Amino acid sequence: MKLSHVGADFRIVARTYFRNPVALFFTLFFPIILIGMFGLIFSTVGSGTVTLEVVNEDHNPNGVGYTNVSVAFLDALNKTSVITVQLVSVSPQNFSTYLGQNDQTAGLVIPSGFQNDYLHHTPVNLTVYTNPEAAAAEGTVLGAVGGVANGFNLKAACNGGSCAPVIGFTSLNVGSQVYKYIDYLIPGLIGFAILTSPMFSMVDIASSYRKDGIFRELSLTPLTRSEWLTSRVLWYVMMTFVTAAIMIGTGVFLFNAHVTLTLGLVPFLIVGPFFFVSLGMLAGSVAKTPESAALIGNVITFPMMFLSGTFFQVSSMPPGLQEFAHILPLYYIIDGMNQVMLFTNISRAAFDLVVILVGSIIVFLLAIRLFKWRDE
Amino acid sequence: MLGLDPWNQGDALHRRIGVIPQDFRFFEKITPKEAIEYYRTLFHTHVDPVDLLRKVELSDKLNARYDTLSGGQKQKLGLALALTNDPEICFLDEPTTGLDPHARRAIWEVIRALKKEGRTVFLTTHYLEEAELLADRVAIIHNGRIIAAGSPLEIIQEHGQPARMTVEGSPALAAYLRMNLGSAAVEEDGKVSVTLRDKGDALKILTAIEESGLPWTSFTTTHDTLEDVFVRLVGQMDEGALKSEGAKP
Repeated sequence: MKLSHVGADFRIVARTYFRNPVALFFTLFFPIILIGMFGLIFSTVGSGTVTLEVVNEDHNPNGVGYTNVSVAFLDALNKTSVITVQLVSVSPQNFSTYLGQNDQTAGLVIPSGFQNDYLHHTPVNLTVYTNPEAAAAEGTVLGAVGGVANGFNLKAACNGGSCAPVIGFTSLNVGSQVYKYIDYLIPGLIGFAILTSPMFSMVDIASSYRKDGIFRELSLTPLTRSEWLTSRVLWYVMMTFVTAAIMIGTGVFLFNAHVTLTLGLVPFLIVGPFFFVSLGMLAGSVAKTPESAALIGNVITFPMMFLSGTFFQVSSMPPGLQEFAHILPLYYIIDGMNQVMLFTNISRAAFDLVVILVGSIIVFLLAIRLFKWRDE
Repeated sequence: MLGLDPWNQGDALHRRIGVIPQDFRFFEKITPKEAIEYYRTLFHTHVDPVDLLRKVELSDKLNARYDTLSGGQKQKLGLALALTNDPEICFLDEPTTGLDPHARRAIWEVIRALKKEGRTVFLTTHYLEEAELLADRVAIIHNGRIIAAGSPLEIIQEHGQPARMTVEGSPALAAYLRMNLGSAAVEEDGKVSVTLRDKGDALKILTAIEESGLPWTSFTTTHDTLEDVFVRLVGQMDEGALKSEGAKP
């Protein structure tokens, strides 16, 4: 592979692109429109109930099950209808990090000896994790935990004659940011751009260049197919960086989105376009006509466009669809970007990256193999 | 070709030949100058885009985008690109198809210039006039087979009909010429046509016409063109094919 050939072809792509007003519009303004539109629609949306992740340390003395008082306390929280209690097995020390990495804004730790202290009127402290930035959820959780604790305190007062509150709680902030819809939307829509721009363009180019004889013309030069495809990959990598910058800028300035700008994002902005440029070329190469190429492109693109965590989080989808999402390549790109931009979960991001990198290499090699300059 | 195997040494061969495919197309937003710079990098040559475009008479469109060029200008760009690598052999596949007469003549000039530079030019065309004007050697291909080959003159001499002189005159003039010259003079629609067997015949015929005292006007001499030969040869072959089809039980 000669870099001079790749560079020469890259200049042709760039000139073609910059002289096409529609392409320029889609690169520069479409990301702003997308972020703006979805940001405006969903930035005010909140969920009806708050999920409260609970670490219950108050086991029965025999180690089987939880104490009656702790279970009753959690039942009471559930009955408030604004809280959904979800028990998790995490050590209290790691709980804050766990909440951050699992995209949870509220948590509660019931300490060991909770029932014993309560029954003996010994003050006992719960730990509540909330995030002030998720103001509505924080208010709901603190209000509900405080209300249920008061109810239990009153009951204790009646029983023991002491009016001193027994159950108190300490409110702590969770170990990472609270995420709003816009925060997820940015990695989601960067993923959307990584998918749609190269896929639609390459499927179209693969079939139209063949039909128009451009590939036949290039076949008469020393340019190789891998050099040609590499220059396309490089172009879309560059475009992806531009789009991502615009989307992040728009999200942060217009909607005060929280994203961690880290070098960990860079591999996804490179490997993502690498994958979809190759896949688009592959789809366009196996199709016999431009019409069938467009059809194949759409069949591949549309499920991914909506089910990979672009507009809606995969975790909010029904279980069957969640499993389906796991076979979609874009899921790994968006999930990886979520991990590096929001949750700073590097090991999971690395896993996502490996999946998509291996996929990219396979698809690139297949595309090179199946794409011919001219029909035999 | 050029000592190389086209099937296994295609890359090496492409560097030494220039090809303009039939219905040449290029990137729509790219200018001729940029196109040549692109090819120059791919072929690792140092050709000057301005010089090359001047050679194909396209230097006035140096910075015009491909999609604004006329059909003839696009073909000229195709020619320029085919010449970027200074090829020893040029393959031009119907380079003038669909062009107006002016654009076609401009392409002919470029082809003549290529010939003068000592390059071998393979030109495929449906315009026999073009082949007759430009080619040193012509091969007429019908149904994938060469049915005649040689210089245009050789082909015409071998397969064409002899030259004829035609005057406007009466059947009586035709009869006079047949009687006095012994030649096959024929009258049809007020035109008397006499076959010319050699150069001296023309003078003899004109003298005989004058001596006849019969009225006549405007004389012309005609001879078969390559196109006439092509039409006749192909017609004969198709007729033969039809007959052999009909003869089958």
